[in-house]
Amino acid sequence: MPTNVVMPQMGESVAEGTIIKWLKKPGDQVERDEPLFEITTDKVDAEIPSPAAGVLAKILAAENETVAVNTVVAVIDGQMPAESAESSPESATAPSPKAENAAPAPPAATIAEAQPAPATAPEEPDRTGEKLRSSPLVRRIAREHNVDLTRVAGTGLGGRISKKDILKFLERRTPATAEIPAARPSAPSKLATPSGQSVAFSGPTHVSAMTPQRKLIAEHMIASKKTSAHVTTVFEADMTAIVQTRESMAAEFERSQGLKLTYTPFIARAAVEAIKQYPIFNSSVEGTNIVYKKSINLGIAVALETGLIVPVIKHAEEKNFLGIARAVQDLASRARSKQLNVEEVQEGTFTLTNPGIFGSLFGTPIIPQPQVAILGVGVIEKRPVIRNDAIAIRSMAYLMLTFDHRIIDGAVADQFMAYLKRCLETWEEPLL
Amino acid sequence: MERDASVFLLGEDIGTYGGAFKVTAGMWEKFGNDRVIDAPISESAIVGAAVGAALMGMRPVAEMQFMDFVSCGLDQIVNMAAKIHYRWGAAVPIVVRGPSGAGVHGGPFHSQSNEMWFVHTPGLKVVAPATAYDAKGLIKASIRDNNPVIFYEHKYLYRRIKDEVPDEDFIVPLGKAAVRREGNDIAVITYGAMVWVALEAAELLASDGISLEVVDLRTLLPYDEQCVLSSARKCSKVILLHEDTRVGGLAGELAAVIAEKAFADLDGPIVRVTAPDTPVPFSPPLEEYFLPNVQKIADAARQLAVY
Repeated sequence: MPTNVVMPQMGESVAEGTIIKWLKKPGDQVERDEPLFEITTDKVDAEIPSPAAGVLAKILAAENETVAVNTVVAVIDGQMPAESAESSPESATAPSPKAENAAPAPPAATIAEAQPAPATAPEEPDRTGEKLRSSPLVRRIAREHNVDLTRVAGTGLGGRISKKDILKFLERRTPATAEIPAARPSAPSKLATPSGQSVAFSGPTHVSAMTPQRKLIAEHMIASKKTSAHVTTVFEADMTAIVQTRESMAAEFERSQGLKLTYTPFIARAAVEAIKQYPIFNSSVEGTNIVYKKSINLGIAVALETGLIVPVIKHAEEKNFLGIARAVQDLASRARSKQLNVEEVQEGTFTLTNPGIFGSLFGTPIIPQPQVAILGVGVIEKRPVIRNDAIAIRSMAYLMLTFDHRIIDGAVADQFMAYLKRCLETWEEPLL
Repeated sequence: MERDASVFLLGEDIGTYGGAFKVTAGMWEKFGNDRVIDAPISESAIVGAAVGAALMGMRPVAEMQFMDFVSCGLDQIVNMAAKIHYRWGAAVPIVVRGPSGAGVHGGPFHSQSNEMWFVHTPGLKVVAPATAYDAKGLIKASIRDNNPVIFYEHKYLYRRIKDEVPDEDFIVPLGKAAVRREGNDIAVITYGAMVWVALEAAELLASDGISLEVVDLRTLLPYDEQCVLSSARKCSKVILLHEDTRVGGLAGELAAVIAEKAFADLDGPIVRVTAPDTPVPFSPPLEEYFLPNVQKIADAARQLAVY
């Protein structure tokens, strides 16, 4: 029995993924759960294990190709290599247009050469990977006439394929042109600036395409700005006690637990305590409802060379300092080596970001949707401050909270921050 | 009445006065006191008397001076007339008819479209003609029907719609809709006075290249499901239009049946154009705002056309 390998869904809002690398060649033997290919999405880069043991019969999506979630990207044959998979009826399921391109069947290729510019090509953009919008009627007609809807140009609202569009497509379609894979210009990005006119710079340039991850981060950031009413409040916390605690405990912590003691678990623990006091920071907006989440799933932003990833500490409210510290180190190190599982970057309910590690005093972070707040920590450094009417040297840091003013008012945000500041300045929790 | 001696009329001021809208003008002179009965101002008594007479073999036609006041006779209609055949097997061939609808500055008590009270009552038939021809053909069919029929005459149409009505005896069968205008892009399904508004909108939109099909339901219960579905399937887009308010209006029922039975034929959302959920305003500008009109239909149709 051939097994279809599909592009997995890497997070709830992810619609597509890009194949970075195939780790096996057609004809290679693969074991079940053996890494088969690497993908990148906006949420995570990951190695995808093989769903079955057998022979990799066909690769249907080439490296660097972006395909929609659940698209078949390869076929694994249980018994025989490629040839029999070609002819077996099961392997015929969902032969996407991309698949034809990756391994064009000889007859189609011949026709394509004979008619290099089919008249209907401009009518048939390949929109694989875009979310297709049509209607029940259009889908029925497509089924009945065996039409691949990704090839039908939609002229309805938001590019929706309407009855008129598919009827026009059918009218123009001839048996030959229907088989020819149309030229595939890359899908127009939603981020694209108005073509040409806005570029005022006339000197030499270097143009580099966004990676899929970058594109999706960009879309998510814009979408978040459009969704939430972002407001940022900034507090300053005296971190001296924590700096001293960390310095005195670091060696023992590393020796007994094998963990590097950083400031992140301190901030994370304090944030969890503050959220327990002010649960609205652990909510999201659904229509006109505010949905409070019972568990605190703390996202920790980790900068990578190629972008940003936010692994999530699930049920952070159940963890003590040591548990949080262990989770932070584990997730961060696996994020850098691209070893995170999909579920480890999903379902965050509140996010922590740490621009201070690069020296930033404070910033105004963007809320990851559908969360309602994000806490940032600036650089911890010694500053002259007033204590008892005298100038003292203390380790200080700015804390910034961006919150969604749709449901959280400034007063509540500032109470949250005051509580957080108090937790940090009067640190009492034992580390071990 | 000439054809069948068991048919008689009763209602308020329908005799010498000829009815508030002169629907029965000349009847009393022709058929006399026994067959054209001026009733006291009690809708409950009028409908109750009609139900009793029907059980005794008569075919009474009871007029409500305004359909708004049928509420006073509701118990007789809903709990008696509608259920007698179910309980005893006895026919109740009554017709309760009267003027309904807005557009004549009648205010909240003389303008309602309350047909859905009865559409939601099994055991009744509900009729709403849009043309003079249908008014004659449907009232005859209603009188001859052995079930209680609630007959809605839109008062806006009384003095405004004119067409050729043959002198001879003919009926328009109950439960059959009529396609008033053939079209391809959007089916507008409606009844009563709104048929004319829809036709005007269709004329306007034709110049925009949007082709509306206009379906006149004629009978609301039982409505012509086959006709509704065939127009929906043909056009793949549907606007359901009525003067009645939105929630619980007939449009909701039709939307449901189209979604259930013609889902795979739809190329866009099923759209309702109705009055908002308020009483009919007395203020003329507010009443105008309240009622569906050509502009509202055209706006909805243009949006749906590009969907």
